Amino acid sequence: MVALSQKLLVTSMDKPSRRSPSFNSDQIFRLASLGSALLVLIVLAGIIGSMIYGGLPAFREFGLGFITSSVWDVQRDEYGAWVAIVGTLTSALIALVIGVPISLGIAIFLTQLCPPWLKRPIATTIELLAAVPSIIYGMWGLFVFAPLFAKFVQIPLSGLVEGLPIFGTILYARVPSGVGVLTAGIILAIMIIPFIASIARDILDQIPPVMRESAYGIGCTTWEVVRHVLVPQVGVSIIGAVMLGLGRALGETMAVTFVIGNANRLSLSLFDPGSTIASRIANEFNEAIGLQLNALMALGCILFLVTFSVLVLARILVARATVK
Amino acid sequence: MDTMPRPTTISPAAWGRVRRSRYMADRALKAVCLLFTALGVFVLGWILLMLLYQGISALRPEVFTNTTPGPMTKGGGIANAIAGSFVLTFLGIVVATPVGVLAGTYLAEYGRGSKLAEVIRFVNDILLAAPSILIGLFVYTLMVQPMGGYSGWAGGVALAIIAVPVIVRTTEDMLRIVPGSLREAGAALGAPMSKVITKITWRAARAGMVTGVLLATARIAGETAPLLFTALNNNFWFRADLMGGVANLPVMIYQYALSPYQNWRELAWAGALVITLTILALSIVARLLFRKETAR
Amino acid sequence: MKFLPYAAAAGLAVASCSLAVSAAEITGAGATFPFPIYARWAEVYNKETTNRLNYQSIGSSGGIRQIRAKTVDFGATDAPLKGAELEKDGLVQFPVVMGGVVPVYNVQGVPAGQMKLTGEVLADIFNGKISKWNDAKIAQLNQGVTLPDATITPVYRSDGSGTTSVFTTYLSQVSEAWKSGPGAGSSVQWPVGQGGKGNEGVAALVLQVPNSIGYVEYAYAKQNNIPFAQLQNKNGKFVAPDAKTFQAAAAGADWKSAPGFGISLTNQPGDEAWPITAPTFILVPKAPEKPEQVAEALKFFDWAFKSGDQMAAELDYVALPPQVEDMVRASWQADIKDKSGQPLFKK
Repeated sequence: MVALSQKLLVTSMDKPSRRSPSFNSDQIFRLASLGSALLVLIVLAGIIGSMIYGGLPAFREFGLGFITSSVWDVQRDEYGAWVAIVGTLTSALIALVIGVPISLGIAIFLTQLCPPWLKRPIATTIELLAAVPSIIYGMWGLFVFAPLFAKFVQIPLSGLVEGLPIFGTILYARVPSGVGVLTAGIILAIMIIPFIASIARDILDQIPPVMRESAYGIGCTTWEVVRHVLVPQVGVSIIGAVMLGLGRALGETMAVTFVIGNANRLSLSLFDPGSTIASRIANEFNEAIGLQLNALMALGCILFLVTFSVLVLARILVARATVK
Repeated sequence: MDTMPRPTTISPAAWGRVRRSRYMADRALKAVCLLFTALGVFVLGWILLMLLYQGISALRPEVFTNTTPGPMTKGGGIANAIAGSFVLTFLGIVVATPVGVLAGTYLAEYGRGSKLAEVIRFVNDILLAAPSILIGLFVYTLMVQPMGGYSGWAGGVALAIIAVPVIVRTTEDMLRIVPGSLREAGAALGAPMSKVITKITWRAARAGMVTGVLLATARIAGETAPLLFTALNNNFWFRADLMGGVANLPVMIYQYALSPYQNWRELAWAGALVITLTILALSIVARLLFRKETAR
Repeated sequence: MKFLPYAAAAGLAVASCSLAVSAAEITGAGATFPFPIYARWAEVYNKETTNRLNYQSIGSSGGIRQIRAKTVDFGATDAPLKGAELEKDGLVQFPVVMGGVVPVYNVQGVPAGQMKLTGEVLADIFNGKISKWNDAKIAQLNQGVTLPDATITPVYRSDGSGTTSVFTTYLSQVSEAWKSGPGAGSSVQWPVGQGGKGNEGVAALVLQVPNSIGYVEYAYAKQNNIPFAQLQNKNGKFVAPDAKTFQAAAAGADWKSAPGFGISLTNQPGDEAWPITAPTFILVPKAPEKPEQVAEALKFFDWAFKSGDQMAAELDYVALPPQVEDMVRASWQADIKDKSGQPLFKK
């Protein structure tokens, strides 16, 4: 219906008309809209272009070894992205591992289990979590969460696993200060929960009630309905939502900068400080000159590439699901 | 919801065990979901409580009237940061709204089905999810270096780049909802497309578009990373030409919260409270508007 | 409703802007080392002259970068640039005030001023070679104090810092292992520990993390009541940091010995000398593109030389000796010119 009206409008526009002076303003409006839309394209191209331009000298200098080297020595002008990449991926992974089950749990609660009078307030509350600025999460993480985490989790856990083969390294805190990769992951999890939960909730709501009711009709419990009916139906879309949350977790700067401890070393323990690409840039950009600046831009390139791939993947998954 | 009655009269004794394990699994799921939801609500409550507790104890009338003090100086405030944030956000939205609305209009009205529109929509989604710090880097190269200094203009532009994708997205979505019959009525009266869009379609989608702008405002009001390299900060009021750095709440909070000075930390909490309450208020208003719109 | 206070604030802002149209506004950025005194001076200067000096402490490397990029009117650094770099970038460098870097600690059971350390032990701690507070080497220096059996958390600067430069220069002078290891510089590879941003960040971390040790400018330690340690100086005496020991270190300095007054005051001889003393510097362009701004900046520093000594002393910085201040003024007149070749600074 709309396409028809649009065709009508377009064809009426194509004919050169002598009648109305508003024809010119019509053209101008269309051009303005087109121009604005193109501006979006240009801006993204500009961002990518300036990143690549800025980062090229670093890539040229270190080659692909830039990605695998874990040296970041400003003195000797040697840079490698490995520590930052590992920190970014690890904290994002932790965020997913913690955040996705909780988001799904919330989404299922809101759509299947929640009494209607409670639905709106709780949904609003969860969405409000998304509105809290990220720097507040950083402050909460550093001043409230970290000391408690150090006291009640890091110290007892370290005492427990000391000397054990694998856990003895991963979960052992040499310095229980409460900040570190794991803390950053937890804060990120809290930040992505509202995103994934609300998208998952929308997706679950879209399932035709017929499917649920027929399942209940043959005597399925809620758990079975969720597991055997809902999830297979929308599994792919949910993964798309998860990917969007992942994209957020990868790029988050301020909350992470507060709680990750800013170390340029690679460490096997989750309780040790680390750094992410975004936190590294935030910390060092204002003072970086020469090769260090190029290295930071190169880090930005890598981050962009990773975020980009995740988003493309999400899109493909969601598109495939909607085609079904 | 669970409206169908469960059959209770079946099952010989042998089914009892199976039924029990199914019920256990079901109960476990419900408990876990409830727990997780409670956790989410609990965390938000915790954060807000912390903010209220720390922020309110730091609130004094002079917080809103005095400028940021030196370390250890009594009686300072964050008025310049509040005003600066207001100006920067305002700039960002003023630049972003025309661009965003027009671009969204193009995608919804002129570009439906065209390849270009597909590409632009995709690009817009990428920009929407791009790490804001990269946008700050870009604007530093684009504006701060050539202009020879940190400025409110660069900060406003950085915020605008973050706001545009949000406005484009919501505008396009809202315009799509408008039924085609409205457009056809306008076309039938002989109105050119631009008039149809501006006088009819926009008016119909008005509430939703305003929601989009409000959401974008809420989003950029709390952004720190892009301002770190563009507007930086200022210990005094901003200049009329906005050069030389503009004080703003997020960067001020970042600097003061990590400092060891008691008066600065208190001001950081006060600023955090102000900014959070503002953004929450904006979000709630936006959602209320949206609900009213979809209820129609 | 929520906009009302903002509208009022904006109105206030616009009003005060129009009032302050005639006042100058200078932007500077750089070292966090002198930040407390610059902030204090700027506040008082603003009250006296309505001129506004907006100083952002982003680290010495940040100051150098921004003045090179000409995005600020002056840069501030603790690590002086060498003559060749000053030439290349067309910058003039001058010292403003001196202070000391002090090791600060947060150790249970050791009250302020009770900890004695030597340079070598300090280097070993930051190197990770000494990892517990009750290590023999530390206990030996501190007999009579009960040191806990706890792991040491070294806290260092995560941003490029002149304070780090001064500190690591000292460590390189007193420890061969440090010299061949991380070395001296504004940003080194710290083998162990956690990073804090700015002097403020390090101070905050040390206050927060038990059994930690860091290094900050003295004013930060004093203002926040963080315990600082005594160090053994070149003459073998244990001294505590304060204005007297900083001045003792600066007593024998030859300011003309390096271009741009860029001398180092670490590990100086003298019974009373504090081993980690350092001057802090300002960088301005030789032929600035905005001469009025730089002229205003010079006026500010001239004012600081004339009237700022008392405030500096209150914050435990050490003012430059008057003859050095005159040398600095002479350098302004000789080196910093406006577009027509006239010196920017007139006495």
